[in-house]
Amino acid sequence: MATGGQSLTFLALMLPFLGAAVAPILTKGLKHNAGWLLALIPAWNFLHFWSFTDDVAAGGPITGGFAWVPSFNVNFSWYLDGLSLTFALLISGIGTLIVLYSGGYLKGHAQQGRFFSFILMFMGAMQGLVVADNFLTLFVFWELTSITSFLLIGFDHAREAARRAAIQALVVTGLGGLSLLAGLLVLWNVTGQSELSLLLMTGDAVRESPFYLAAFLLVLGAAFTKSAQFPLHFWLPNAMEAPTPVSAYLHSATMVKAGVYLLMRLNPVMGETQIWETVLPLFGGATLLVGTLLAIRQTDLKLMLAYTTVASLGLLVMLTGFGTEQAIAAAVLYLIAHSMFKGALFMVAGLIDHETGTRDITRLGGLRSAMPLTFSAAVFAAASMGGLPPLFGFLAKEEIYAALTMGGAWPGLILVVAITGNALMFAAGFAVALKPFIGKKIETPKNAHEGPVLLWLGPVVLAVSGLFAALFSGWSHRLFSSPMASAVSGNPVDIHITAVPHVSLPLLLSLVTIAIGIAVFVWLDRARAAMASVLRTIGWGPDRGFDQVISGLVRLAWHVTGLVQGGKLEVYMTATFTLTAAVLLVPMVLFGELPGLPQFPDLYFYEWTVLAIAVIGLFAVPVANSRLTAIVSLGIQGFAVALLFMLLGAPDLSFTQFMVETLSVVILALVMTRLRLSPADHRPGGEKAIDLTVAALCGLGFGLMLLRVTQVPFDDTLTQFFNANSRVIAHGRNIVNVIIVDFRGLDTMGEISVVMITGLAILALIRIRKPARIAPRRTREG
Amino acid sequence: MRTIIFRTVAPNLTSLMVLFSIFVLLRGHNEPGGGFIGGLIAASAFAIYGIACGVSPVRRALWFHPMAIAGFGLLLAALSGVLSLFQGVPFLTGLWAEPHLFGVPVAVSTPMVFDIGVYLVVVGSITSIALALEERDYD
Repeated sequence: MATGGQSLTFLALMLPFLGAAVAPILTKGLKHNAGWLLALIPAWNFLHFWSFTDDVAAGGPITGGFAWVPSFNVNFSWYLDGLSLTFALLISGIGTLIVLYSGGYLKGHAQQGRFFSFILMFMGAMQGLVVADNFLTLFVFWELTSITSFLLIGFDHAREAARRAAIQALVVTGLGGLSLLAGLLVLWNVTGQSELSLLLMTGDAVRESPFYLAAFLLVLGAAFTKSAQFPLHFWLPNAMEAPTPVSAYLHSATMVKAGVYLLMRLNPVMGETQIWETVLPLFGGATLLVGTLLAIRQTDLKLMLAYTTVASLGLLVMLTGFGTEQAIAAAVLYLIAHSMFKGALFMVAGLIDHETGTRDITRLGGLRSAMPLTFSAAVFAAASMGGLPPLFGFLAKEEIYAALTMGGAWPGLILVVAITGNALMFAAGFAVALKPFIGKKIETPKNAHEGPVLLWLGPVVLAVSGLFAALFSGWSHRLFSSPMASAVSGNPVDIHITAVPHVSLPLLLSLVTIAIGIAVFVWLDRARAAMASVLRTIGWGPDRGFDQVISGLVRLAWHVTGLVQGGKLEVYMTATFTLTAAVLLVPMVLFGELPGLPQFPDLYFYEWTVLAIAVIGLFAVPVANSRLTAIVSLGIQGFAVALLFMLLGAPDLSFTQFMVETLSVVILALVMTRLRLSPADHRPGGEKAIDLTVAALCGLGFGLMLLRVTQVPFDDTLTQFFNANSRVIAHGRNIVNVIIVDFRGLDTMGEISVVMITGLAILALIRIRKPARIAPRRTREG
Repeated sequence: MRTIIFRTVAPNLTSLMVLFSIFVLLRGHNEPGGGFIGGLIAASAFAIYGIACGVSPVRRALWFHPMAIAGFGLLLAALSGVLSLFQGVPFLTGLWAEPHLFGVPVAVSTPMVFDIGVYLVVVGSITSIALALEERDYD
């Protein structure tokens, strides 16, 4: 099964993680130039995935992998069709540029090696997510993207805002991950398939299942959190706290598209239902409008882009949920276009920030002569974003309008939403791409000039590829758009749209969009002020809501802890032992399982003597005057029991019992002196009586249970097995020891781990008291 | 409790007990004994030494922190299980070899290594608790 191509694909999936392991060392030696070397990893992956394009375009998805946990049908497997292949190419392709870009952007940063490491890990997770075939592989990689993006967003961990944004992203997307797991398990149960490739062949099984709604809601929970759909969009703009290379990568081309990927992936089996085609466009449309309106409101370049990303994700979800093949084709085109132009624009924003020291759009201007390359890349990217020919974004927008102009109230409404959203995005895109460059020069904190090649390479390549993909649309459609759209819709889809404008209704709508967009662009300052006042009037937003939920949760936890964990050892002990007694006695009484009266035992006189010692020791405990006497009496009882074990032929047991008794007496005595308890027991009589009753009930419960157990006919299969096999299989005559170290070795392993952890916990508890003596001195020091 | 008699006897007693605990550990596979019980014996030996002569001589004699000994024991137990993976059999399967040492066949096995791990975990954990408790009383 392990063919050459297969092991190469596995290598491609693992390479980013290997790169992450060596990145810090490489960076220590090569400084920022390590970026050139590390970029070879995604570049190689890109070429590797590229080699599949012809096969996949010809209609043959490629699967591979190996069994992971075969008994549960869990595999590490991958599935490359048009959808996952295009995603993999975007991730590795843009990833290459991002690694180079971070080499330049974080040049001289003390933690650059760590950054490379995080971003490569994230890339590996994302790649695994999109090519995963098995449900659990998908889930593991999905969670890995959440965790690695947490690390990336919180990279600048010294700042509180970055920490908050990182935690927020982790909480929101982590919740989505749990929802995904539940959703996948539902799908697994409904169809009996645990591979996406097989799930896609089940036809209407999911749609007709009574659990469709549950699966739908759970999948939606995953997709909407990851892809930042309104009202869960707030984590995405906050995640702009991350260094710009992260924003360019996570929030344009990869992480946030994972939700869209999930919806597209499941569209053939879950789409085309009433609820799918209502809920998705509804939330997508709302997100589109909210995102664009909030984008207009911002003055920070990165935040403007972040909100347009939210809007674009809304547009994608809306189109995916619209339900026609043409809408899906439009979504696919827009997704590809968006990955390229948004990546480029983010990098441009970072470049401006890096070279001028500010990202505030009102404090930037006239940079076109200082940064001509950046300027042209920005204009190309913005033109693609605004949907101007001859760029790829134009193709996407034409297709969107062509798909939505089908008449009827619902498509009409969506069309209006799309036009509004696109127009506002046009304005925001050109605001980012033009405002800093045109007009008269404004003084910036740093003297602006063109950045180094590592920085401008990314935006330029992405801007140019947006142009190429549009100019050679026949070629790009054949290799990417059409196979991807076919995979999403489940039927073969052929995309024909070219970069040459031709007179039609969509073109007219494009012109309307552009006209509105130019109007907003011209009056951007006024629109921003208007939005700001509207937001002030509303006051509350989901971002604040998140804080309220979290602090409410903390308060709740605090109260619950106070309620159940009072911190008094007495209460804990009483509760534990009362419950033990209840668990032992109540079922026995309820189900009539009380033991019969045992027959009078026939014992030798010395056995009677030992028994008498045990009983005397036991009775001495409650009547003892001093605590030490009580402890020792308890020890006497224990030794007597150990002696009984010995007499009755259980040397191992008695041996251990002796040692345990010795050590417990020693440790109890030590604890007593340590706690500086008074020698005598000062509990009031009533309390003593209660404690005694609880203890007696516990003892009674155990005694009765043991009696009952011995009265049940003894099943000696295990005894026979061990007798027969311990010498033969495990080479040992001491059956007890053979069971401990060999037959039940795994149990023992767990037990010794428990012993060690308990030891650590006790050690920590003992040490808690120590700083109390040192504390006053420390506080004086500072 | 730090009488002159106890203080004189304790080191000898401790060394004898530790020796005995190792004996008990190694015979465990065929006779009563084993890692758990051996570990308990050794731990009580160290506890006695601590009570008699104070904690710091015990810590010096042990050289490693008892918790580190316990951690090493856990690692040893886990590694003894991992060894079987290289033979293509499930985790913790016992492997046996009988090399001749000075002409005498000596049975060496992964269960034995596992048992030594158990011994070290018990010794380390219990000793560190006992020593930590004793420390306060004598310093």
